[in-house]
Amino acid sequence: MLQMTDIQKIYRTELVETHALREMSLTVAEGEFVAVTGPSGSGKTTFLNIAGLLESFEHGTFMLDGEDVSHLSDDDRSVYRNQKIGFIFQSFNLIPDLDLFENVDVPLRYRRLGASERKRRIENALETVGLASRMKHLPAQLSGGQQQRVAIARALAGEPRMLLADEPTGNLDSSMAGQVMELLEDIHANGTTIVMVTHDPVLADRADRNIHLIDGRVSEHSMAYPKEVIPLAVRA
Amino acid sequence: MFTYNVKLAIKSMRRNPMMTALMVSAIAVGIGISMTTLSVYYMMNGNPIPDKSDELFAVTLDSWNPLRPFDDDRPERAPHQLTYQDAERLVELAAGKRQAAMFESSLIIEPASAEEMPFEATARVTTGDFFAMFKVPFIYGDGWDKSVDANAEAMVVLTRQLNERLFGGEDSVGRWVTMNSTRFQVAGVINTWEPTPRFYDPINGGFQEVNEMFIPFSLTRVLELDSIGSDWGWKAEEITSFEQWLNSEASWIQYFVEIDGARDEYIDHLNAYVGEQKKLGRFERPMNNNIYSVMEWMDYHEVVANDSRVLLGLSFLFLVVCLLSTISLLLTKFVGKKSETSLRRALGASRKIIFRQQLVEVALIGFAGGLIGLLLTSLGLKGIQSVYESPAGLVSLDWVIMSAAISVAIISSMIAGLYPAWRVCQVPPATQLKAQ
Repeated sequence: MLQMTDIQKIYRTELVETHALREMSLTVAEGEFVAVTGPSGSGKTTFLNIAGLLESFEHGTFMLDGEDVSHLSDDDRSVYRNQKIGFIFQSFNLIPDLDLFENVDVPLRYRRLGASERKRRIENALETVGLASRMKHLPAQLSGGQQQRVAIARALAGEPRMLLADEPTGNLDSSMAGQVMELLEDIHANGTTIVMVTHDPVLADRADRNIHLIDGRVSEHSMAYPKEVIPLAVRA
Repeated sequence: MFTYNVKLAIKSMRRNPMMTALMVSAIAVGIGISMTTLSVYYMMNGNPIPDKSDELFAVTLDSWNPLRPFDDDRPERAPHQLTYQDAERLVELAAGKRQAAMFESSLIIEPASAEEMPFEATARVTTGDFFAMFKVPFIYGDGWDKSVDANAEAMVVLTRQLNERLFGGEDSVGRWVTMNSTRFQVAGVINTWEPTPRFYDPINGGFQEVNEMFIPFSLTRVLELDSIGSDWGWKAEEITSFEQWLNSEASWIQYFVEIDGARDEYIDHLNAYVGEQKKLGRFERPMNNNIYSVMEWMDYHEVVANDSRVLLGLSFLFLVVCLLSTISLLLTKFVGKKSETSLRRALGASRKIIFRQQLVEVALIGFAGGLIGLLLTSLGLKGIQSVYESPAGLVSLDWVIMSAAISVAIISSMIAGLYPAWRVCQVPPATQLKAQ
């Protein structure tokens, strides 16, 4: 599903260069649930941004769903993001003056789907996260856990090939975090590939595989590749 | 997508009503002032008789002083008016399809009722062709025919207002009015007619009101009618009688001709006439006779003063200042939308989509500003009308100005919004997502 080889990302200012990712290579197989962990500044969010085509990188190749997306134009990256990737953010990122229906509708609007198809998808997605009865509510009228479920519904409505979650339970208490995690597991069980960045080792353990990043590289103690696709060079 | 963008724009405008109100106000004030000025300019500069303006011509003959031109600054120009004798003769020759010799006079009207005091009213003393030439609308009767001109019959055409005063607005055709001790029979009553500018007599004021009545030019000699308009002379002539005045070299008659043939042919006719006069010892200057179409005549007399053009330019500069304020407000507003823009970019909106969304919002702000600007324009025009006591027709808001106001508001707002919209499009999709 996702294959990064020797990815290098450097943030530059006038005074300093920061190597966020250093020749990082990893693969995520279709249908996998991968947790990405690591200390602050290890490159987790940068990795997720590159995986989500939100940022470019200096060096390396990136294959997404079998296609090389290393050098796509900005417009093409928008299309890929819209059609293949669903995002779940730590702070939910709902638009405050749009109701739940309209929030979930945002990515579908950019796909030029018909009104009835959009309505069907939005209702299904909100049904899946248990909020179908509140689709005319504004985000401020919901709890944090419910808002994150709306964000998940928004990601699901696009029927993405891959979900990227950046600390999806970071702003939630343990009870709500558990509910959100269960929801992600249900989505994974239905065949969606999930890559989740988290600080929480308990949540990371619930994933199929844990990739640990340190200083912009995959730690030697984590598995950069699924067992069934470990390249010969690494096996040796 | 357009309706979606409109919906988002309305939500965005409601999100910060104070800032929206400031932007709409800035555009409205700019539009109000520029459109008020444009309305006045447009009406001053408009073609007062568009379907005939190329068939009607003002006539000038250079009967001026052989030693110096009529206008030292513009020596190529002949006097703007004709002498009475030349005007009378050109009417007789009737080389055009129609011809109108004319001047302004005033008469004392003696009402039929003994209770009402006599009063003075202005008259345009002209030939019967005047009405058909200038498409004067009638509510009762008509103008007079050539036999009235030929026989100097005392006929009169009243304006609607004067007919209201004299006859209570009734159909007065055939009734009598006594003026300067002479009984005039009413030939017709014209409907409201306010050509703007008053193209047939810019010499005595392009924005004066139409005279209160019209009487035959041939009565000039009979009733010894004086002109209340301007007159020019160059020759030291002894004038002790009205007849001597009529035969003098003083220029005081405006002359218009309607021609359906070639312009040069009519000028040839004028040159032939002047050639004959030269043989009689008149017209000692080189041949310099000309005719001017209606719009040329307006330019000739600078009916729209350069000051008006400068004022128009300044008012549009003011609109630019208002738009610069709007740009500044838009930049502030769009900076506040970085998070939402970043999110929309992450969810699949391209830069073009974001750009269009911002422009729709700006266009909507411009539209609202345009509507309020129209209201301000209307108030501005009413103010001008009351301060300067201008004819209502001069300062009215028509659909051309209304559509111009809305279009200028929308287009100028969109131009003002280009840079802020471009700036907001440059927000990378990743930067703001973590920060929220």
